Amino acid sequence: MNLLQDLLEPTAGPDGWDAYGEEQKERVGFFTDTSVCIGCKACEVACKEWNLIPDDGHVWTGNSYDNTGELSANTWRHVAFIEQEKPLHANGDGGTGLRWLMESDVCKHCTHAACLDVCPTGSLFRTEFGTVVVQQDICNGCGYCVPACPFGVLDKRHLAPAPDLPAFAKEDGRVWKCTLCYDRLKGGDEPACAKACPTKSIQFGPLEELRERADARLAKLGAEGWNGAQLYGRDPDDGVGGFGAFFLLLDDPEVYGLPPDPVVTTRDLPQMWTNMLAAAGALLAGVTALALIGGRR
Amino acid sequence: MTGAFHLDGKPSVTAEGTEMRSYYGRPIIKDPVWTWEIPTYLFTGGLAGASAVLSSAAKVAGNEKLARTALYLGAAADVVSPALLISDLGRPERFHHMLRVVKLTSPMNVGSWVLFVSGGASTTAAALQLLGRLKPLRAVASLVAAVAGPVLATYTGVLFADTAVPVWHEGRHELPWIFGASAAASAGAAACMFVSPRDAGPARRVAVAGVLAEGALMQAMELRLGTVGEVYHEGAAGRFSLAAKGMATAGAALLARRGRKSRTAAIAGGALVCAGELCLRWAVFKAGFQSARDPKYVVEPQRRRVEQHGTNATTKPGGETL
Ligand code: SF4
Ligand code: SF4
Repeated sequence: MNLLQDLLEPTAGPDGWDAYGEEQKERVGFFTDTSVCIGCKACEVACKEWNLIPDDGHVWTGNSYDNTGELSANTWRHVAFIEQEKPLHANGDGGTGLRWLMESDVCKHCTHAACLDVCPTGSLFRTEFGTVVVQQDICNGCGYCVPACPFGVLDKRHLAPAPDLPAFAKEDGRVWKCTLCYDRLKGGDEPACAKACPTKSIQFGPLEELRERADARLAKLGAEGWNGAQLYGRDPDDGVGGFGAFFLLLDDPEVYGLPPDPVVTTRDLPQMWTNMLAAAGALLAGVTALALIGGRR
Repeated sequence: MTGAFHLDGKPSVTAEGTEMRSYYGRPIIKDPVWTWEIPTYLFTGGLAGASAVLSSAAKVAGNEKLARTALYLGAAADVVSPALLISDLGRPERFHHMLRVVKLTSPMNVGSWVLFVSGGASTTAAALQLLGRLKPLRAVASLVAAVAGPVLATYTGVLFADTAVPVWHEGRHELPWIFGASAAASAGAAACMFVSPRDAGPARRVAVAGVLAEGALMQAMELRLGTVGEVYHEGAAGRFSLAAKGMATAGAALLARRGRKSRTAAIAGGALVCAGELCLRWAVFKAGFQSARDPKYVVEPQRRRVEQHGTNATTKPGGETL
C-alpha cells in the first residue's frame, strides 16, 4: 500500500498549491480577531454585495442579534452573537454581567481541505494564493463536499436558477462558498469583508504575517487577563494543517458553533481504501466459495 | 460555569451552563444534500456488483441457468444505477464532469470510474449473452465485471465514511464490509426469485450467509460506535434499521427452510431479503442526517479527544489556564 500512501499523503503546505511553480503567489488569508468585533455585519453585507449573492429570505431566529443563522450557499460571512454571564477577566474581575461575544465566521480555506479532496469533478481547486475556490462552470452539484467539510461551510444553492441554465433546471443546484474574493485578489485588492470591516476585526494579508500579528495580540490579551482568549486554527499542526482563515476567540470554539478539534476526513483515506480492498476481496472469495462448494440445489 | 442569563424572566437561548455547549443547539456540520436516489443506488450498485460475481462463479460451477439470471439481474441494476446517480445531481446535464479527472482522494470519483467500467462490462456481457454472439468478448466482459463488481459493492462504504458525519466516519472500519455483505445477500436473494429452486442452491447459500454476515457486522459497528451509534435506534434510522433486521432475517429463514422445495417460498424469501437490504441502506443513510443534525455528536467526541490528548486547533496564551 506504499504507493497509495504516497499518493494520498498530505503535503506540508496547502495541497495542490505547489503545482503553480512560477505562478505561485504568497499564501494569503484572514485573521478574524473577535475581541474587537462590534457585530455591525458590514462584512456580511459587503460580501453579499460584491459577490452578487442572492437573498435567501428573512428569518427571525430569536437568537440574540443573529438572524442569519449560519454559513450557507447564500451566506459566506456570518456574524455569530453569544450572550453569556461570564466575567470579562479570567480572574473574575469585570463583574458577572452580560458578556456579548461576536464573531464573523467564514470558510477556513484549510491547508488540507476535505471539500477539495473529495470533489469528484475537480471543481473545487487550490488557487495560486493558497485559497480554496469552487469553479461554478465545473460543479455538477453532486453534493459530496457538503458533508465532507468539518465546519459545515458549503451548501447547495436551492434558489431559482440563473437565466442561462437549461429549461428543466428547477434550482441552481451547485454549491457555493467564500472564494476569499478570488477576483479581487487577482486585481490586487483585499476581500470585500476585510475592506468593509470598520474595527479591523477582519484582517487580510499574507498568512505568515497574520500569524505573527495574532500571536502578539494573544500575548497582549493574555497579559491583560481576558477570559477565554485563544487562537483557533493558527497552528499548522492541527487536524486540517492550519486554517488559511483563522480566529481569535474569547471562549471555546463550540460556543461559536465551531468544532473544537476538526480533522480532515481524508486523513484516514489510505486506511479506508485498504480496508475496502479487503472487504471487496472477501466478497469475491466468499460468493465464489459458496457457489462452488455445495450442491446445485 | 454559571447558569443561563435571564432576560424578562426567560432564560436566554445560549447553551451556556448546560453540559454540552453549542451555538443555540445549531448543527456544526451540514446535513448531506443527497436525496432518495442515493440509498436506492447503494442497493442497486451492491446488487449489480455481487451479481456479477455470482454469475461468474455459477458459470465456473457449470450452473448455466443461475449464471445467466445473475448476469441479467446485475446488468439491469447496472443500468438503473447511473440513472439514479445522475438524477441526484444538482446539475444532471453535467454528469460527465465526474470523468474529467482521475482522483484517488475522491471516493465519488473513483466510484464513478468503477461504475463506468463494471457497469459497461456487465451490460456488454449481458447483451452478448442475449444475442448469443462474440463468446470470447463476452467471457472477458464477464471477468471484468466480476473483478470490478466487489469494488462497486463496497466502495460506497468509503464514500460515506469519507465525510465529517460522525456516525459515517467513525463507522469506516465496518461500512465497506456491511455493504459488501448486504450486496451478497441481495444478489443471492434476487437470483432465488428468478431461478427455479432446482438450480438456486448457490444463490440461496449466498443470500443466507450475506444476511447473517451483515447482521453480525452491523451489530459490531453499533457496539464500537457507542454514543455516536445511538442514532441507529432513533427516528427514521431506527425504524429502517428495525425493518431491515426483521425482513432480512425472516426472508433468510424462509429461504433456508423452504426455499429448496417451494418456488413460492423462494420468491417470498428473496423479496423479503431484498427489501431488508434496501432498508439497511436507508438506515445508514438516515443515520447520517441524524448524526449531522445534532451538534453533540460532533462536539462531544472532539471535546473528549481534546481532554485526553490536547489539541493544536486552539492556542492559549502562554501557561495560562482558563
Ligand atoms: S472550511 Fe470547509 S469549505 Fe472551507 S476549505 Fe475547509 S473544508 Fe473546504
Ligand atoms: S458539489 Fe460541486 S464542488 Fe462540491 S464536490 Fe460536487 S462537483 Fe465538487
